[in-house]
Amino acid sequence: MEPAASPGNLSGVRHILLVLSGKGGVGKSTLCAQLALALRHEGKKVGVLDVDLCGPSVPRMLGAQGSAVHQCDSGWVPVYMDQEQSVALMSVGFLLEKPDEALVWRGPKKNALIQQFVSDVAWGELDFLVVDTPPGTSDEHLSVVEALRSHQPLGALLVTTPQAVAVGDVRRELTFCRKTGLRVVGVVENMSGFACPHCSECTNVFSTGGGEELARHAGVPFLGSVPLDPQLARSLEEGGDFMRDFPGSPAYPALAAIARKILDAAQAPGPG
Amino acid sequence: MKTVKHKILVLSGKGGVGKSTLSAHLAHGLAEDENTQVALLDIDICGPSVPKIMGLEGEQVHQSGSGWSPVYVEDNLGVMSVGFLLSSPDDAVIWRGPRKNGMIKQFLRDVDWGEVDYLIVDTPPGTSDEHLSVVQYLSAANIDGVVIVTTPQEVSLQDVRKEINFCHKVKLPLIGVVENMSSFVCPRCKKESQIFPPTTGGAEAMCQDLQIPLLGRVPLDPQIGKSCDKGQSFLTDAPDSPATLAYRSIIQRVRAFCHRHPSHEEEQRSTS
Repeated sequence: MEPAASPGNLSGVRHILLVLSGKGGVGKSTLCAQLALALRHEGKKVGVLDVDLCGPSVPRMLGAQGSAVHQCDSGWVPVYMDQEQSVALMSVGFLLEKPDEALVWRGPKKNALIQQFVSDVAWGELDFLVVDTPPGTSDEHLSVVEALRSHQPLGALLVTTPQAVAVGDVRRELTFCRKTGLRVVGVVENMSGFACPHCSECTNVFSTGGGEELARHAGVPFLGSVPLDPQLARSLEEGGDFMRDFPGSPAYPALAAIARKILDAAQAPGPG
Repeated sequence: MKTVKHKILVLSGKGGVGKSTLSAHLAHGLAEDENTQVALLDIDICGPSVPKIMGLEGEQVHQSGSGWSPVYVEDNLGVMSVGFLLSSPDDAVIWRGPRKNGMIKQFLRDVDWGEVDYLIVDTPPGTSDEHLSVVQYLSAANIDGVVIVTTPQEVSLQDVRKEINFCHKVKLPLIGVVENMSSFVCPRCKKESQIFPPTTGGAEAMCQDLQIPLLGRVPLDPQIGKSCDKGQSFLTDAPDSPATLAYRSIIQRVRAFCHRHPSHEEEQRSTS
């Protein structure tokens, strides 16, 4: 077991942000990927740690599908998105021999890998490490929060969609944060409305208002609403750089604003 | 479980694709025939959406001499979920695998379902403790089949292929795949858009590739989210919606599958 206060491979990482949701499919991985790209465009060095072991989406979203992970003296070398090494990734997706193979692991085995991901990846110097998580409040979440505790994370970003069914689960995630002492940086509402590309009529496909209401109820900052954007969906499929290539797209302004708020939160003096 | 004729699992590797929505509407649809006894079991312990979707939020579970009583939506439609054991909507179930497994075992063993024609089991996303446990505990009782839910984009399909792989590994018969959120029809101009582009051919291509039946494709109808939030059956709220027609066709196919493949209990009875 690692000693509690050992800096290990995260000693060069300035800010750690966990992206959580009680609910699946709300856009945690999407937000992680876009935040990484946005922060990189602001000149920051970013790492993305994907601890969703059953459904690792980050490799595809950042165009790194099929990459292999190598070892060095200080541990595993993360996969870099680019020559400049401005975005570093680690995911179980890189460790699977066959991408369609299911990882059918019970808790203890998942915990062991997550501990390794936290302590054995040679991240080097990073401004931000963004941690993508699976939905829920279980083994992976407990393990990653425990493993990161001594590194004093900046906090958690909670993602929801507008409808009550999603908000209902995210409320429980807020309780998880409170119980584990994880600061909530803010709530993001994803899939907030869809503007028809034919007639521009905006429809609230997944209801409306839940994210802002949730943030108000919990007394945490509301960081913004991101609309549904097929261009964003397509970019994620193709592993493209949405933040660079589609500044005119409906989702861009909200995502850029969220990234700026994260930067502000990182610069502000405060707990963690 | 001896009194349950047909057991159907609703699975997906991916979160947020509409498992609970489909499970609830499968239950509603089958229960429209008042001579059919239907049971809906929600084993998503961290994110129990079923109580809200079925309009049963705040209900409590009662114990009797014969075990736990399900909560009844109709005389012929009973529901059980960990959601009924939580006293507040903010309560989080922060349990590691073994404790979740224990709860699932209790649900499967101690709930007094009575004579049931169809038991539908809604699951959390992934291929982990809950899934292994439900398969283990139900294996003696024979699961009729699995309905897999996905959305059109590759980011979902890549997780769903893992789930299908899991089903093959644990020898679960597949009833087929449902593609949810297939397309969106603008309520104003009535033109169709694909919010989640099927960049790799959607569920249709995957099903052809893996030789699995595609049970149906359900379009995105904003009314679905609204009905779920209100705890009402979308089939009743919007009987003429193309999404309702799609759901009804899927329900028919699931019913037909169960009748073509007599349950273990029915086979036992017919040979004795």
